[in-house]
Amino acid sequence: MTTTDDTRAQMRQIVARYPQPRSAVMPLLHLTQSRDGSVTPEAIDEVAELLGMSRAEVTGVASFYTMYLRKPGGRFRVGVCINSLCAILGGDEIWESLVDYVGIDNHQTTDDGLISLERIECQAACTHAPVMTLNWEFLDNQTPASAREVVDKVRAGEPVASTRGPRVVPEIAAVGRSLAGVDDALDDSDNGLDPLTLAGLELARELGHALPASDAATADEGV
Amino acid sequence: MPCPHPMLQPRTRGSDVPLTPLLTAHWDQPDLHTLHGYRRHGGYTALPQALGMSPDAIIQTVKDSGLRGRGGAAFPTGMKWGFVPQGDDRPHYLVVNADESEPGACKDIPLMMTDPHSLVEGVVITSYAIRARHAFIYVRGEVPFVVRRVREAVAQAYEAGLIGTNILGSGFDLDVVVHAGAGAYICGEETALLNSLEGLRGQPRLKPPFPAVSGLYSAPTVVNNVETIAYVPTIVERGAEWFASFGTEKSPGIKLFAMSGHVQRPGIYEAPMGIPFSELLGYAGGMREGHQLKFWLPGGSSVPLLTDAHLDIPMTYEDIAGAGSLFGTGTPMVFDETTSVVRAVSRWIEFYKHESCGKCTPCREGTYWLVDLLRRFDEGQAVASDLEKTLDVGEQIMGRSFCALGDAAATPYPSALKYFRSEFEDGTRRHTDELFPPAAATVFTEVNA
Repeated sequence: MTTTDDTRAQMRQIVARYPQPRSAVMPLLHLTQSRDGSVTPEAIDEVAELLGMSRAEVTGVASFYTMYLRKPGGRFRVGVCINSLCAILGGDEIWESLVDYVGIDNHQTTDDGLISLERIECQAACTHAPVMTLNWEFLDNQTPASAREVVDKVRAGEPVASTRGPRVVPEIAAVGRSLAGVDDALDDSDNGLDPLTLAGLELARELGHALPASDAATADEGV
Repeated sequence: MPCPHPMLQPRTRGSDVPLTPLLTAHWDQPDLHTLHGYRRHGGYTALPQALGMSPDAIIQTVKDSGLRGRGGAAFPTGMKWGFVPQGDDRPHYLVVNADESEPGACKDIPLMMTDPHSLVEGVVITSYAIRARHAFIYVRGEVPFVVRRVREAVAQAYEAGLIGTNILGSGFDLDVVVHAGAGAYICGEETALLNSLEGLRGQPRLKPPFPAVSGLYSAPTVVNNVETIAYVPTIVERGAEWFASFGTEKSPGIKLFAMSGHVQRPGIYEAPMGIPFSELLGYAGGMREGHQLKFWLPGGSSVPLLTDAHLDIPMTYEDIAGAGSLFGTGTPMVFDETTSVVRAVSRWIEFYKHESCGKCTPCREGTYWLVDLLRRFDEGQAVASDLEKTLDVGEQIMGRSFCALGDAAATPYPSALKYFRSEFEDGTRRHTDELFPPAAATVFTEVNA
């Protein structure tokens, strides 16, 4: 795909954030991947030229990180955490169920280019196990049935809400733009609160546990 | 989406150490992640206070508070800041390690999600203290929601003049860049993170030199964990002495504990350091109905396992080390008797193999062999000599690589073998799925139809 003036301007803005241009290689790869679907040889040329790096250096970076793709995947990437804790609490069952239901295996994409399946590592959400992601947005506390429902919705073109994240999980290209730091306008206004994140705070209130005051801050510390 | 998880059970046990919601005190406010919401709850009051102090006085305050790094290594924060040479003419950098990816660690992500401005305020104060005028927040790439939240908070702080030039009329200038990773656990290792941020492959550097002397772009750099930085404003505001009055002398302060696994009520519990594990478990509602604790890990998968013999251990660096494990990130993973320790260890080692950057031979090749051996136990195909061979491979990795990833991969097995040797012996005869039917360990009851 050719570079539009808009993309070129966004790329320059990204480079300008950093004291040294080379630091912009990761966001630029996120950006070009969001445009092209994967990291293409043309994009590697483009990024190398802009940053004064060699093609080999940019390729070295692109091949190191698992989120940069050599071939385009699905517009919706379904991830299931299969690290120990999630796997044991039900992630393995969810994974098996999805492999059956979608009819593809790890790192494969449906023929219509809609869904990719991926066994993913810890998402830093162990309190919410078993955890799935849709385009890297959290789907917490899943079951095999709820996982299949997510697939049904994606197939039907219906919106899927993240449990802690956007009310409508965007297509993968929008996620790439977020990571690159352009085009952040997603409706996530108050979504991030949930009973597990607040478990300690709510229990402290219920039990009347107050924070002992300091000399400096005495007035407003009732909990 | 409905939560099918049976988590909200009534609490049954009493407890002696009260919870201390400090950072989490206002987490239930739906607009806390906005500048307005954060300010309404007392946010950005520590910043002007800090800017009225000398940078050295802030470093001293943080030293006096006893705050130790919350990313796992527990290095004294103020001392780390003090290592940055002062009066040199070189640029200094602050880099926040927001690459939370250690299995079991799940405290920084919710913190940035609900309360990103506490991090931003901490970044400004810390940068001022170490005389940095450029700070970076390196967030793992697999959490776009959190990346957007932190970016938005930084943008709002710029607009309000809390970041940028001449902050609050102090003459202090600071730029803050939010940088997203792209899927590499190794970038949580500070020197790998710096390489990644410089646009290189995220592979560790040999230390020394340490980042405080030669870090980002070879300039003096402080790398701190998210939680560490987020507590800095509270320390400036309430005083070092107040913060240090919690916990023990060597493990002072208040901490975000994340309880996960087979507990009734997993979640984030903010409590003083030194709270006994049993108390935390009590707050988390205890084990799920009808089940008993089998093993737990105090903070991440890179630490040795503990068992129900260690229930009353205080959550301090020194007590947990004394029991043969490590405090790590202070985010206990708890497993009951339905769990196969062989399966758990096997998956953790697969993770380390997947995440090994490939630079050092003992780690790259050793994790390959460990995965192969652990799979044999899992599938009931091991032979008796594999028990010792697995220990031996681990010893060949331990201490022989640039960074701690290889050490971490070699860590869970010896403790698992020590406490549950018979399960590994069973792995010479029977498949884990027979010994520990997976359905019994899941937290949902539905049949996988």
